Amino acid sequence: MPLIMGMSVLLACQFAGELLARGLEVPIPGPVLGMVILLVGLGIRGKVPASLRMTGEGLLNHLTLLFVPAGVGLMVHARLIGLDLLPIAVTLVGSTALTLAVTGWVLERLQRRQRPGGES
Amino acid sequence: MSVVPLDQLWVYLSGHPLLSLLVTLLAFVAAVRLNRALGGTPLAHPVTLAIALLIAFLVLVDIEYATYFEGAQFIHFLLGPATVALAIPLYDHRERIRRLLWPLLLACVVGIVTAVGSTLGLALLMGAQRETLLTLAPRSVTSPIAMGIAEQIGGIPSLAAGLVLLTGSIGCVLGPGLFRLLGIRDPAVQGFTLGLAAHGFGTAHAFARIGAVAGAFSGLAMGLTGLLTAFLLPLIVRLFGLP
Repeated sequence: MPLIMGMSVLLACQFAGELLARGLEVPIPGPVLGMVILLVGLGIRGKVPASLRMTGEGLLNHLTLLFVPAGVGLMVHARLIGLDLLPIAVTLVGSTALTLAVTGWVLERLQRRQRPGGES
Repeated sequence: MSVVPLDQLWVYLSGHPLLSLLVTLLAFVAAVRLNRALGGTPLAHPVTLAIALLIAFLVLVDIEYATYFEGAQFIHFLLGPATVALAIPLYDHRERIRRLLWPLLLACVVGIVTAVGSTLGLALLMGAQRETLLTLAPRSVTSPIAMGIAEQIGGIPSLAAGLVLLTGSIGCVLGPGLFRLLGIRDPAVQGFTLGLAAHGFGTAHAFARIGAVAGAFSGLAMGLTGLLTAFLLPLIVRLFGLP
């Protein structure tokens, strides 16, 4: 039963999110709005029900598996990737490195300023 | 009792959702084992390995992706509720988040603008096709969100998912070296950075290699980045004058 309860809550939030996204024509994926709805709901409720935690954490623990079917879709785009192989490779590596460096540096700086003296 | 010829049996099985489901799970298990045998290197991430194994299998036995997806969609569908479930770790760490709210938000926005800006800039510079460009744009966001965004701005969702996966594994390979280079030792900062740049992969990596605090902040960064990117990306893309 807990699994069903937890899944129902997740699906209901996703459903509400989809309705909201379609209804208001906002350019945000339904599940993302569902996440916000659940977050607000948890804030009101004041705790995470055990059934929801079990189902939700179960899903999140296997998040990587869920990417596989979509990832296999790369095979359909072999032509487009082949055409743009160099731009894609350079962009992925270059931009990921830059993003890591900039984010880490900014957060480190900001955090140090919040804790006067910082860690040395 | 007569035995059905093997080729006839194969025709039945290869079109059945059961086969793709089973093969997906088996490929994943094999990939996890293989990765462990290789010492858990992020260079051969289980997901990347599983995808490579499955593509090789499908090409070998000549099954179309559409046929495969008919079965695999049952796994794929769970991405929706999994995205909703990201609210749970966010809620768990609300106290810490409230304390660090402004630094985190600011770092997140700077990170997203860097990610999307440098992606579009580099890809434009390298002369990528328009479709590739729009598909690359959401690549630092966790897959379910990235696919939704790609669809919205005119990219290709399934290609976006693949590029997101590649981004994740690249981030895990580059991260540790960059942190050493920049002298970033705080696990919370390391985790947040990995979660922002390498989403689910980064989060899994942070939990496994750096620790629980890093993992929690990484999960937060992944959720926050997904949420903010969904709002920001259409605006940034318009700024580059794309669609």
